[in-house]
Amino acid sequence: MSKKVAFLQGNEAAAHGAIYAGCTFFAGYPITPSTEIAEVCSVELPKVGGKFIQMEDEIGAMSAVLGASLAGAKALTATSGPGLSLKQEIIGYGCIAEIPVVIIDIMRGGPSTGMPTGPSQSDIMAAKWGTHGDHPAICLVPASVQEIFDETVRAFNLAEKYRTPVMVMPDEIVGHMRERIVFPEPGEIPVIDRTAPSVPPEKYKPYDTSFGDIPPLAAFGSGYKFHVTGLNKMEDGFPTTKAPIVQAEEERQVRKVEANKADIMKWEEYMVDDAEIVVVAFGSTSRSARFAVNAAREQGIKAGLFRLITFWPFPEERMLEISKKVKAFITPEMNLGQCNGVVRGCIEGNAPVYGIYHVDGEPVNPEEILKKMKEVK
Amino acid sequence: MSYDYEKWIRPGKLPHIWCPGCGHGIVMKGLIRAFDTLGFKKENTCIVSGIGCASRLPGYIDCCTLHTAHGRAAAFATGVKMARPEMDVICVGGDGDGCAIGGNHFIHMCRRNIDMTYIVMNNKIYGMTGGQFSSSTPTGAKASTTPYGNPDPAFDIAKLAIGAGATFVARGTAFHATQIDKLIVEAVQHKGMSVVEILDDCPTTYGRRNKFKSVVEMMNNLKETTVPVKAAEKMTPEQLQGKVLTGVLYKEEGRSDYTTEYAKVIERAQAAKK
Repeated sequence: MSKKVAFLQGNEAAAHGAIYAGCTFFAGYPITPSTEIAEVCSVELPKVGGKFIQMEDEIGAMSAVLGASLAGAKALTATSGPGLSLKQEIIGYGCIAEIPVVIIDIMRGGPSTGMPTGPSQSDIMAAKWGTHGDHPAICLVPASVQEIFDETVRAFNLAEKYRTPVMVMPDEIVGHMRERIVFPEPGEIPVIDRTAPSVPPEKYKPYDTSFGDIPPLAAFGSGYKFHVTGLNKMEDGFPTTKAPIVQAEEERQVRKVEANKADIMKWEEYMVDDAEIVVVAFGSTSRSARFAVNAAREQGIKAGLFRLITFWPFPEERMLEISKKVKAFITPEMNLGQCNGVVRGCIEGNAPVYGIYHVDGEPVNPEEILKKMKEVK
Repeated sequence: MSYDYEKWIRPGKLPHIWCPGCGHGIVMKGLIRAFDTLGFKKENTCIVSGIGCASRLPGYIDCCTLHTAHGRAAAFATGVKMARPEMDVICVGGDGDGCAIGGNHFIHMCRRNIDMTYIVMNNKIYGMTGGQFSSSTPTGAKASTTPYGNPDPAFDIAKLAIGAGATFVARGTAFHATQIDKLIVEAVQHKGMSVVEILDDCPTTYGRRNKFKSVVEMMNNLKETTVPVKAAEKMTPEQLQGKVLTGVLYKEEGRSDYTTEYAKVIERAQAAKK
């Protein structure tokens, strides 16, 4: 049997990916350029018995998805820049209370209202540091319509596996482009569900670390009763200010992601092995970069592409290894150097890191990248 | 009649954080009496709160409890109720949490007529942060941030709920303890959005600054400034001057609630698919 093929927009693919992953609840608020995700969810979710709710604001949407997840649903919200800013406090709640949820942020210009219909990649640091306090961060940055589908499925899997909010951040170009997509068959991409408790309700503790760093999560309404708070908590879910417990719990929350980086990180290396110049890029910018690398190779410049698919956690160790063999890095990005700074932070000064930055609503085109390669080679 | 308070109090979680003379504990006991009266099941009951003194209530009650972020109880609760319509979902919290920072969620929760209950403990002040004026502090009152008297007008929370579309709205006071559970029983049994405002006292941060000499005086004030809605029907406008009505203020039967309406959306979507 041939697989189902469609010509879809990135945002549409995100909604279908969520449903493939078992999402049964969406709460959102209209915002350009992510609104199509909500629209498709409003059509498709009730067909599979799922629920869609348009909330009164972005904060309400983020709160509702956390509530639904605690009641056992796989839950999704989608937004763009200003909405991401509004959601941040509640994203932090999801991190400390350890609630699986997926947030799709279609990146547009900023700060503030900025350029609502213009593409951007300037929410990358907000994905890691937007909410206050130390917390785990997982952020995926797909570069094609197919990859939006696949990475949305992976985002749900990671959220459920590590019991934490996960962000998918396509830039507006990837969110709004239309491409061919091949739908995977059910079961073709494994779908992970959160670990349910193995103990009876009277013995259940929502943050019981005797099961490891990722405690099983029961659902409200499933026969288990427990307490959830945004305060620093003990293993039974109740608040504490006892210093050793608070320190250990905060470290564990971050360790859930840090100790499992190898499972979460994903990138593609294209002609990096012998490269003298490595372009580090993600999203639509990585498509321009691949074009530029091909053109450079034709002209005898040893260029390669390091394409990030997971942005957070960042592949620091691999970047350091590569930095020992190359003459220069180039980071083309639709912001003023957010990825550039992260690369610099990993490579111990082994190579210069040149930037090409657009915050004018224009994509980084291949010619600009090629020109920079010629300047720095 | 005796009630099984111990059944509903979480072992080891008392004493509570509330100051002597605070009315929140009176409301909590009323809530437990309501649960006990109705034979609620702990596993099927979810209490959701925001931030503030009143919002610490869920920690003391043995059921599914969710202490959320400031102002967000209604929105978290909406997610819980949508995902599990069969659960009894009750929000509790203070006036500032529910109607100032949480005001947007509060009115839209009422508008949707979702089948939940929201109990607002209105002590007219932000107690936990030390007594700043809230959206229900009376004009002229003193708070730590209104040292020359409050220039803001106050919300009438019950009217706000009625105006926003809640189909059951009641008001009680911390003085009228035995009325609280009756109002809550009726509220949670109502199919649709129910709001119960409990006029409460904060001797520590409100009474002290507003010339109340004792908790007893504050409690007596709740008694003297309120009139049951039925008694008010026989009173003249002059007699009602300065009085606040208590009891069931609004009840609308027959309007479909939100999760019932959404079940119809699912039916329509699935019929269209076939």
